[in-house]
Amino acid sequence: MIRLQDVTKVYNMGTVQVHALRRVTLDVAEGELMAIMGPSGSGKSTLMNILGCLDQPTAGEYYLEGTSVNSLTDDQLAEIRNKKIGFVFQNYNLLARTSALDNVQVPLVYAGVPASLRRSRAVDALKSVGLGDRLSHKPNELSGGQQQRVTIARALVNQPTIILADEPTGNLDTRTGREIIEIFQQLSLERGITVVFVTHDAEVAACTQRIVRLRDGLITGEEKVDEACAYLSAETEAV
Amino acid sequence: MDVIESLRLATRGLAANKMRSLLTMLGIIIGVGAVIALLSIGQGAQNAITEQIQDIGSNLIFVFPGSLTQAGASFGAGTLASLSLKDAEAIANPANCPDCAAVAPQRSGVAQIIYRSANTSATVVGTTPEYAFVRKLPLAEGSFFNGQESARASRVAILGGAIAEDLFDLEGALGQTIRIDRVPFRVIGVLEEQGIGGGGANLDMQVFVPLTTARARLFGSLVAKGGGDAVSLINVSAVSEQRVDAAVEQITELLRARHRIQYQDDDCTATSQQDILGVFNQVTSILTIFLTAIAAISLLVGGIGIMNIMLVSVTERTREIGIRKAVGAKRRDIMVQFLIEAMVLSILGGLIGIGFGAAAAALVSATGVLDTGVSGQSVALAVGFSVSVGLFFGLYPATRAASLNPIDALRYE
Repeated sequence: MIRLQDVTKVYNMGTVQVHALRRVTLDVAEGELMAIMGPSGSGKSTLMNILGCLDQPTAGEYYLEGTSVNSLTDDQLAEIRNKKIGFVFQNYNLLARTSALDNVQVPLVYAGVPASLRRSRAVDALKSVGLGDRLSHKPNELSGGQQQRVTIARALVNQPTIILADEPTGNLDTRTGREIIEIFQQLSLERGITVVFVTHDAEVAACTQRIVRLRDGLITGEEKVDEACAYLSAETEAV
Repeated sequence: MDVIESLRLATRGLAANKMRSLLTMLGIIIGVGAVIALLSIGQGAQNAITEQIQDIGSNLIFVFPGSLTQAGASFGAGTLASLSLKDAEAIANPANCPDCAAVAPQRSGVAQIIYRSANTSATVVGTTPEYAFVRKLPLAEGSFFNGQESARASRVAILGGAIAEDLFDLEGALGQTIRIDRVPFRVIGVLEEQGIGGGGANLDMQVFVPLTTARARLFGSLVAKGGGDAVSLINVSAVSEQRVDAAVEQITELLRARHRIQYQDDDCTATSQQDILGVFNQVTSILTIFLTAIAAISLLVGGIGIMNIMLVSVTERTREIGIRKAVGAKRRDIMVQFLIEAMVLSILGGLIGIGFGAAAAALVSATGVLDTGVSGQSVALAVGFSVSVGLFFGLYPATRAASLNPIDALRYE
């Protein structure tokens, strides 16, 4: 599904070279729910950018569904982002003064989906995250959790194979964070979508199948999570 | 991404900042409005002048005496008494000028016209009966003097419309006796009032009397340079519009021979109506070009305004651009979005400008001074101009938006 082979990313900051990633090799299986953890400056964001085809590695190979992404043009990368990848950001990144429905339609516009079809697909996506009754609300009329669910609907609307989330629960309270993670679990288990997200929260990370730890641009550890998710069951007790 | 979607996006973007969009468009509105108004007013002026000159007769030729030059200082055309009645008779002879149909020499001067207690100042034109035909005088009532009255130097006068109104309120002028510089004249005809006119063709403030009478009783006799009675202008009508140039040629040749002129050192000039028309048209078209150039400069300034605001808009919406790129917008999509936004600004401004320009032209028409009309050509020009202004000045901001790196754009605060 996803295969990184000795991926290195070097930024030139004036005269200084910053190695954001050093020969990272990583495989992610289809339908896997994976968390990336690491302190700030560890290269998490760079890794996410490369996985999301927003950036390209300085060295090494990135295979997405078996094909190398390295030699693609900007427009080809844009098409991959549009069709295969869904992004969920910590600060939502929704278009201001634009209704939830229109926000979710944006990827469809660039995919060339006709207007009539766009609306129904966007409505379906919003319903699937439980926002069927908030279609015409603008971002500033929605709570943080609702905004994050609009973002997920936008990420899902083009039926991607991968969802990448950068600290999706970072701005949310525990309860809403749980709801978001639950949605991710469903996507992974029921729809077979690969979900990779960055988190600082060990409890949240524990709800995934695998945790990858990153430090100074190197993968320092990987662990399989087997036991039942304490984070989510805690919620059930609370209710 | 299709054009309709881009348009929808652009209008929404502009509607979000209505005041700013309006101010940005203002430059284009003023520029296009000025172009439309100036072009249609200029066209109206040109039409009015052309019409007026053609009213006098399109096969009309004027023969002016040359200018009097004393100690190197020219006193202007018509100051030299170089044309005589004999010249007019020579032109009238078909053997000399086969393309001249009728000839009417004239001498004119300013005189006080008095009727009882009313009086006014007017140009008195002493001429021959042919004048009415050559100049196509529009008579409201009565008739022009005939050959007999001319031969007997009768004291008869034909009044211009405005003079008749001043002295008689347009009623019962016929048969009354007026005095021109104390000499009594009987009114035998009144011309139609023509209203405001230009180009020296205004007949309203003129009084026509036989040339013989004028010489004997009003102006005194003046001997021309080459002998004979001097005249200040000879009006000639060519046999047809097509033969005007030939007639001018014949008159020039004839007068050169009669005045013994060599080396084209002419002491008089034959000018056709078309020549005068040509000069007027040249003047108005130069004026039109000049004014259009000023309008074009204001369009340029308007375009720079659009570029400025678009650059601000691109910076403001860096994050939006980042989001769009992250979810799959290609360079071209972003480019088109911003380009269309710039073009909507300039085209909308252009359309509003056309509205204002047309309104200004209509206002001028309503005052009755000029009959203006907005031509399709000038509208096409204005639209074309605003489209290209939008395209040209939108290109740079749009390119800048399109080339933004999505990662940096998303991180932009």
